Amino acid sequence: MKDWDEIAQGILKGQKRAIARGLTWIEQGRNDGKQLAQKLFAHAGHAQVIGITGSPGVGKSTLVNALTLTLRSQGFKVGILAVDPSSPFTGGAILGDRIRMQDSVMDAGVYMRSFASRGHLGGLSRATFGALTILDAAGFDKILIETVGAGQSEVEIMQLAHTTMVVLAPGMGDDIQAIKAGILEIGQVFVVNKADRDGADHTVRSIRSMLALAPEHPAWMPPILKTVAEDGRGMEELTEALEHHWQHLTDKGLLDRFRWNQTEHLIEQAVADVGEHLIRRARAGPEWSHWVTEVGEGSRDAEHVAEELWRQELQEE
Amino acid sequence: MIRVLVAKPGLDGHDRGAKVIARALRDAGMEVVYTGLHQTPEQVVDAALSEDVDVLALSILSGAHPTLVPRIMELVKEHHMDDVLVLLGGIIPEDDVDAMLHLGVAKVFGPGTDTNDIIAFIRDRVEVV
Ligand code: B12
Ligand SMILES: Nc1nc2c(ncn2[C@@H]2O[C@H](COP(=O)(O)OP(=O)(O)OP(=O)(O)O)[C@@H](O)[C@H]2O)c(=O)[nH]1
Ligand SMILES: [Mg+2]
Repeated sequence: MKDWDEIAQGILKGQKRAIARGLTWIEQGRNDGKQLAQKLFAHAGHAQVIGITGSPGVGKSTLVNALTLTLRSQGFKVGILAVDPSSPFTGGAILGDRIRMQDSVMDAGVYMRSFASRGHLGGLSRATFGALTILDAAGFDKILIETVGAGQSEVEIMQLAHTTMVVLAPGMGDDIQAIKAGILEIGQVFVVNKADRDGADHTVRSIRSMLALAPEHPAWMPPILKTVAEDGRGMEELTEALEHHWQHLTDKGLLDRFRWNQTEHLIEQAVADVGEHLIRRARAGPEWSHWVTEVGEGSRDAEHVAEELWRQELQEE
Repeated sequence: MIRVLVAKPGLDGHDRGAKVIARALRDAGMEVVYTGLHQTPEQVVDAALSEDVDVLALSILSGAHPTLVPRIMELVKEHHMDDVLVLLGGIIPEDDVDAMLHLGVAKVFGPGTDTNDIIAFIRDRVEVV
């Protein structure tokens, strides 16, 4: 599969191999990957994107597996993106989230992909936005993104997910730290997983008292749910809460605003790409060193260079 | 960036070698998807397809390679994954190696293999974008 049009058609039909290859192109930052995401954007916009974040080991992947099984039984198609950290030293990564998702991913109505963060801060990978577009266009109703459980830097997920789920587990002091550090503001649904362990009620109470500190009457009061991801307990309630939030966004017209913001982001991205393209070409061109010299001496404005580059680009077209 | 799936097909519980390989490849700057033990050939190939890996690394020490590998290679061909480099390691008797290569496995690595040789082989065979 080489041709991007062929891949785009395959993605729209929901074919796993086309989706997989499209995601690779996006991840590699290739031009045809960007083109793909731009062309498919109009076909996207119907999926509920659900972010899943929380400290390492609280059971996010296990929860994704259990949640996927329940969503499937309700007739939804499910796309999953799981992000793990890249080594800052070698750039390599071991992506192990799939281990916990084996029960759910073989299904034809499920697609799961592991991503390495590739040095991108914010708990996500640079490719996430484009990847969401692809999965959405491929017809998945629910897209689950598991992020690196970094604790403090996941605010970015708010811009990408309609609903962010914060997962905690009993008896983890640092989770309460995480709540204090600002994870509280990003969660629309709180999950206390491993509720089969002692202390789950205590964790629920701590979250509740933290939420009570919220300044005013919020339009959405985040529910706090207990789950046992290992045997699927609490999944019906969890899917209900997620559906509730989706309904809330729809009723309040927030969904349209979300789509508007994403579209703006897409355009901003495209404009930034044009700038990048211009500067890359300019640097490789014969006039570059003269311009740098002249701008340095003050005989030419940097702005003139920009205008000149733009003029040349237009002339060529 | 080279992406590798390290898979343990069959009922084989020997996972030390697979983990050694996964870590070595990560340390060599590759992205390694590890799916854990007890994978069916269908699961292995579905994962390789979904993850769009460049390399499918199979670790088998149970002696079940004569049944597992033909099935896996059949599925690989069925899905037209001709661009995936398939490697096999573990306990593969000398007499079986040719049959494995004939099925489409690129190379077989036995006990005591230096992981640097594996890394070099992959780098040599996979075109990096
Ligand atoms: C340690 C060990 C165990 C441990 C496993 C612990 C674990 N979690 O891995 C335990 C004690 C649990 C165990 C149990 C059994 N074992 Co055992 N075990 C071994 C032993 C001694 C060493 C294996 C090992 O870990 N080596 C170290 C690692 C790093 O090396 P490696 O796996 O070979 O990997 C290297 C290369 O092969 C290669 N490689 C491996 N995979 C891959 C993949 C790719 C893609 C690449 C490129 C390279 C590559 O690179 C690695 C680095 O050099 C071997 C004998 C031997 N000398 O190999 C027997 C051996 C594998 N076991 C054997 C048997 C029979 C069993 C049992 C059935 C015994 C029993 N009757 O209960 C059980 C079955 C367990 C199960 N559920 O599958 C037999 C298998 C015989 C066969 N295939 O015909 C062996 C060969 C012993 C023998 N000579 O009879 N075993
Ligand atoms: N007791 C209990 N253990 C659980 C539950 N859910 C998950 N676990 C276990 O918790 C461990 C971590 O689970 P994962 O799903 O890998 O956790 P994670 O949050 O995805 O971890 P990272 O991706 O590494 O951040 C595993 O050993 C699971 O089996 C649960 O409900 N109860
Ligand atoms: Mg995980």
